[in-house]
This record gives sequence, C-alpha cells and structure tokens, in this order.
Amino acid sequence: MSFQHRQAAHCESGVISSLLTHHGLAISEPMAFGLANALAFAYIPVVKIGGQPLIAYRLPPKAIIKGLCRRLGVEVRFQKFKSPVEGANALDDLLAQGKMVGLQTSVYYLPYFPQEMRFHFNAHNLLVYGEQSGQYLVSDPVFEQPVTVAARDLNKARFVRGPLAPKGLLYTVESVPKHIDYARIITQAIGKNIKVMTGAPLPVIGVRGVMHLAKKIEKSRLDDTQQRLFLGHIVRMQEEIGTGGAGFRFIYASFLQEAGALLEDETLGEASQAMTEAGDLWRDFAVAVAKECKTSLPINNSQLADLLRLTATREQQVWQLLTQWYKRRR
Amino acid sequence: MRTDDVPQDNSSTYAGHKKLLYAQNEQGHYQSVQSNGWQVEAEATLDAVALYERLAREAWQLVKAGDKSPLYFYMYHSRMDEALLAQVAGVWRWCLRRHFKPTVFARLTPKILSRYAQAMDLSVEQLTQLPDTQP
Repeated sequence: MSFQHRQAAHCESGVISSLLTHHGLAISEPMAFGLANALAFAYIPVVKIGGQPLIAYRLPPKAIIKGLCRRLGVEVRFQKFKSPVEGANALDDLLAQGKMVGLQTSVYYLPYFPQEMRFHFNAHNLLVYGEQSGQYLVSDPVFEQPVTVAARDLNKARFVRGPLAPKGLLYTVESVPKHIDYARIITQAIGKNIKVMTGAPLPVIGVRGVMHLAKKIEKSRLDDTQQRLFLGHIVRMQEEIGTGGAGFRFIYASFLQEAGALLEDETLGEASQAMTEAGDLWRDFAVAVAKECKTSLPINNSQLADLLRLTATREQQVWQLLTQWYKRRR
Repeated sequence: MRTDDVPQDNSSTYAGHKKLLYAQNEQGHYQSVQSNGWQVEAEATLDAVALYERLAREAWQLVKAGDKSPLYFYMYHSRMDEALLAQVAGVWRWCLRRHFKPTVFARLTPKILSRYAQAMDLSVEQLTQLPDTQP
C-alpha cells in the first residue's frame, strides 16, 4: 500500500484531502476547506457542551466532506451501523479489499491522544489504511506520524453514544472526476460562504453571531467565577477543539491565496491578507481573555467585547470585498 | 500570522506532539508550520481538566461520607456531567439522579450497572467501588 500520511490542521479537511490525494485527485487541505465553504461562526446556547453553550467556527461535522465532494463531483459512500460487530466486520472487509476508510470517532477513547486532550468529543475524523495483528493502522491527520490502535479501542471510539454519536460512520471514495473546472467551483464556494457568514436569518450565525457573542460577554450577569469558566470555554472552543477559530481563518486565508494564484486574481490575494488580519485579531482576543482570567481583579468585560467587535468588523470587511468580487464574476 | 510568530511554547497538553498551523512566510506566502504548544490554549485546556478534577475530588468526599453512590464520583472522573452521562448510558436524567443515592444504587440490576460501566469504559466491579485514595 503506497499511502502517504500527511499532517493537517483540522481533522475533517485533513482526512478528505488525504483521501482524495490518495485517489489521484491531489488537493491541499486549505483548498478542500475553502471549496467546502466550511468557514462559519455559530453561537448556539441551547446546545450545551459540558454545561457551556456551543460555539462553532466552521460548519457542523460531516458538512466539509459532503460539501466538498458534491462540489467536486466526487462519489463518496457513507455507511452507518446498528451493531458494533457489523461495523467492525464492514471495516475489515473494506481493508481486505485494500481500501482506505475514513471514520468518525470519539477522541476520549483514542489512546494515542494526550491524556489532557481526551474530552468527550464525538466527531473526530481519521483514516484507517490497514490492519496488522489485531492493530489498526491509523492515519490521524492532526498527528505528525501514523499511529496504531487496538481493535477494542477503535470499536469503542466508533460506537460511543451521546451527542454527535458516530454510529460507526465510515466512508470511502468510490470515484473521482477526470476534469474539474476550478474557476467555476471556486466562485461557487466563495459565493456560498458569503451567504453563510453574512446572510443567515438568525442573529447568532455568521458575523452577526460574533457581534451577538460580544454583547453576551458585555451584558453578562454571571459572577466572576462563572464568567471565567465561560470565557475559558470560548477560548477552548476557539483554539483547541479542532483547530479553532483563528486557525480556521488562516486556513481560509491560505485557500484565498491559492485560489487567487490559480485564477490569477488580485482581489482574492487582497481578501486573503484581510482574512489573515481577522485571524490575528481572533488570536489577540484569546490572549486578552487568558490575561483577564489569570488576574484576580474583576474581569473587564467591555474591553473583551470591544476586541471581539473589532474582529467581527474586520471579518465583515473581508466578506464585503468578496461580495463585490463575486458579483463581478457571476 | 507570520511563520516566526507561530507559538512554540512546549505545552504539556500536547504531550510532545506537534500540531499544524498555516502561517505566512516573509514573502507573504502561506505554508504549514508545526507548533509544539501555545500557552494561551494550554491554560484554557488545563483549566477545563482542573475543573473536572476538582469536581471528582469533591465527589469522592461525598461518596466516602456515604452521601452519594460511587456512580457520582466516576461520572466526574470520566470527565462527564449529568446530561452527558445520561445520554451516553441511555437513561433518563431523573433516573440517573436517583442512582446517585447510595440506597438506590445498591439495588441496581447488573444490566443497568453494566450500562453505566460501559458508558464510562469501566468494569462493573470498578463502578461499584470507590478508589481508596482521593484522586
């Protein structure tokens, strides 16, 4: 098997770009991420993670793979299973055929994860490329090297219940198209992403969602201990889970740069630069939160909210620039 | 972010691993760079770990004092909360809360015990016993 492990910033875009590259459709991780119009923001207080509201910086799990493959015309086969035995057998059969298999798993049960990172997050993607004496050979895109996982642990990770339960989800690439019209699909993907970030009907999604979160921080009636937990949670969702808010902005900026070079378009290069600045502001926000949380002084909520608003405004400018570009091209 | 601004803080939370980030080189071109940690992120992670550890410690004392069943301790020990454990084990939340009572817990059937044990990746024997030392 001539599989080449490749490290990525994010599990889902990493898995799918590795999988497509293996099938002869060479694609970078940022290009995969951008073509899936995966950049997003959502603040969803009704969904709780460890008692704190869900804050997402990209589309929900599986949307990257589905969106990208639909746009490229790649045929992917998804399978879910009722029983773990069935699921394990199906995986073994596919591996015996020499296929590369993508899986959705829970981080908590993967023994190669650092102990301090093992939380109950059920939508982690990885690739299995073989089996050797009861051990699965796994290419986890967020790790530097391929790893091995015992069959018991992998089965546990695939069939855990709870929010975003993977239900043994596995996927394989069935066919890839010969010709791809990048100019067309890049325009489509950017157009769709503009809608996600600026055109959502709810105030908690997209750039307005960032503004909403800023208001939540400013008007918070939590006591300082609770507020510290909430702010710490925002930073964790931003920086650690997946690759975080700032990380996704840099991936998208890299996509815009690559797309700009491909289409020989200067506006995209400009947008890439502006998006980089937005990513930098997200990082500044994380640093400011960390500083506020460390001191025993009362938290300066309005200062943090202002920083977040600045970030939102910068992002808004990127999308305005891209909207003008999109209108010209359409 | 510039490639030389990519944090290299050697965070313990990465356990010697490196993660990949995208950053601009001097010419402004994006490339992937490995990072061995970022203090800001590590602090947030460690705070979350510490929160569960504190809850587990407090739970241990309550169980030791006979106010709660071992289930209550193992829930936090496995970095879960009520809502999550109820969902993972497939029991109603009010049932779960009842099972925190030592008297009710003592009467649970092996079937329901094994459900909890499986949800937290423990054996049934482990689940019914509190560890001797406070974590």
